[in-house]
Amino acid sequence: MARIERAARVAVRKSSGLKFALSSFPDKVTIPNLVEVEGVTFGYDRRRPILRDIDMVVPRGRVVAIMGLSGCGKTTLLRLIGGALRPDRGEVRVEGRSVKGLSAEGLYAMRRKMGMLFQFGALFTDLSAFDNVAFQVREHTALRGALLRDLVLMKLDAVGLRGAAHLMPSQLSGGMARRVALARTIALDPMLIMYDEPFAGLDPLSLGVVGKLIRSLNDALGATSIVVTHDVQEALAIVDTVYYMSLGKVEFHGTPEQVRASGHPSLHQFAHGEPDGPVPFHYPAPDYAQDLLGGA
Amino acid sequence: MGRIAELLRALGTRVINHWVWRLGFATRFLLLTLKHSGPSFRRFYLTVREIYFAGVLSLIIILVSGLFVGMVLGLQGYDTLARYGSSEALGVLVSLSLVRELGPVVAALLFASRAGSAITAEIGLMKATEQLDAMEMMAVDPIARVIAPRFWGGVLSMPLLAALFSAMGVFGGYLVGVRLIGVDEGSFWSQMQAAVDFREDIVNGVIKSFVFGVAITWIAVFEGYDAPPTAEGVSRATTRTVVISSLAVLALDFVLTAMMFRGL
Repeated sequence: MARIERAARVAVRKSSGLKFALSSFPDKVTIPNLVEVEGVTFGYDRRRPILRDIDMVVPRGRVVAIMGLSGCGKTTLLRLIGGALRPDRGEVRVEGRSVKGLSAEGLYAMRRKMGMLFQFGALFTDLSAFDNVAFQVREHTALRGALLRDLVLMKLDAVGLRGAAHLMPSQLSGGMARRVALARTIALDPMLIMYDEPFAGLDPLSLGVVGKLIRSLNDALGATSIVVTHDVQEALAIVDTVYYMSLGKVEFHGTPEQVRASGHPSLHQFAHGEPDGPVPFHYPAPDYAQDLLGGA
Repeated sequence: MGRIAELLRALGTRVINHWVWRLGFATRFLLLTLKHSGPSFRRFYLTVREIYFAGVLSLIIILVSGLFVGMVLGLQGYDTLARYGSSEALGVLVSLSLVRELGPVVAALLFASRAGSAITAEIGLMKATEQLDAMEMMAVDPIARVIAPRFWGGVLSMPLLAALFSAMGVFGGYLVGVRLIGVDEGSFWSQMQAAVDFREDIVNGVIKSFVFGVAITWIAVFEGYDAPPTAEGVSRATTRTVVISSLAVLALDFVLTAMMFRGL
């Protein structure tokens, strides 16, 4: 098995796409932080920024969680790191290179070294689980036949779904689909894996499995992971660092222990699921009594 | 006066911001699709798959419709020609009507509602379920991998479907005219052979159906790609594909007919 994996890695590296990708980025030893976000401001509508002056670093080999309420800009931040969006102000650097300054070719070269797990998997519905995982390998490498098959089965085995290789996405449960998508994400051993709400809509069993996989795959592959989530307990159990965001700003960052011990009011409300606090239960509205009586 | 000016201003704003902007965007999208069409031909199996979905799966509706249109032409044509004592020319009437006009146009309208709507819905749903975003994040260009093969699959299917529609129509006209009514079989085929010109009629019909194929598939892929990623957005985009491509086919047919057969 190890021999096949070695051969697979050699073949992947020899393929033109990845060779270009590897040669176009600096040596990983020289830059300790894989991702650096510096003073980033962004809004779909420039008058109403979603992210305001965000600073963040993601050290190599670590699992970092970005947490916060729905709509606070977590997924937008992931898209900025992946180069799908460009910041209005500030800079996002991956391996020391500004994402903003990359050409379309450079951006694709960078993305070949990244993997992203989407909120609901985003599996290609016309392809089987096997073909979903093989998709990226076929697109970017010269691997074919038995070598491709072995590589895909190893990835599916890593998420416990080798036996489901022949199933179509419509035949998979939510948790299984998320795991197949995870196998697809790691198909080319990315240096950076980004997870967008990986726990959303999962039952407790699948939730535990996916959480464990995020940690173990990160360590086994020597990758770096960013997990965007609002699932507090599950995230705190697997990550090294937490960034807590509220209303488009980073309010707090630290280790899971520091998060648990923090007296930060907004973070405390978020971590303990309190309905009212710095983030009010009620959407801003006129005075209640006045509103009721005013219509009479 | 002020109110009229205001209305005109609102109308102009809507036309420019909505229609002109969208037409420009769609044109850029078409150019981008053409630019990224390399993989559709280098990895021709991608296009063959789309020819199967757009073309082969449309065969039933095309063939059955062609047969019935030909049969109706046979009945109506015989009735009219018999009044002037030229019922032997039925073969000419059926074949020229089909090859020049009805074959390309009716096949295109059926293609727009069967395959065009399916292409829009598929691409729209891929967008809504983040499959296109996932592809982008895997450094795979969705225009080259998803859009271009569907575009060329539709463009290549359309002339073939129109030809099959016409062939079935001629067969339908033969069944009704010769087998049912009793028009002389020799006259039916020989007059048809003598009257139908390969360059003037067949090639022009093929050119028409090719142009219709480009228009329908362009509209279908664009509407799918531009659809808001919601159930309502995909549903509206699918409807727009059928409506806009049907109108485009009829308008283009007039322009092409004027150019080809009237020498305008």
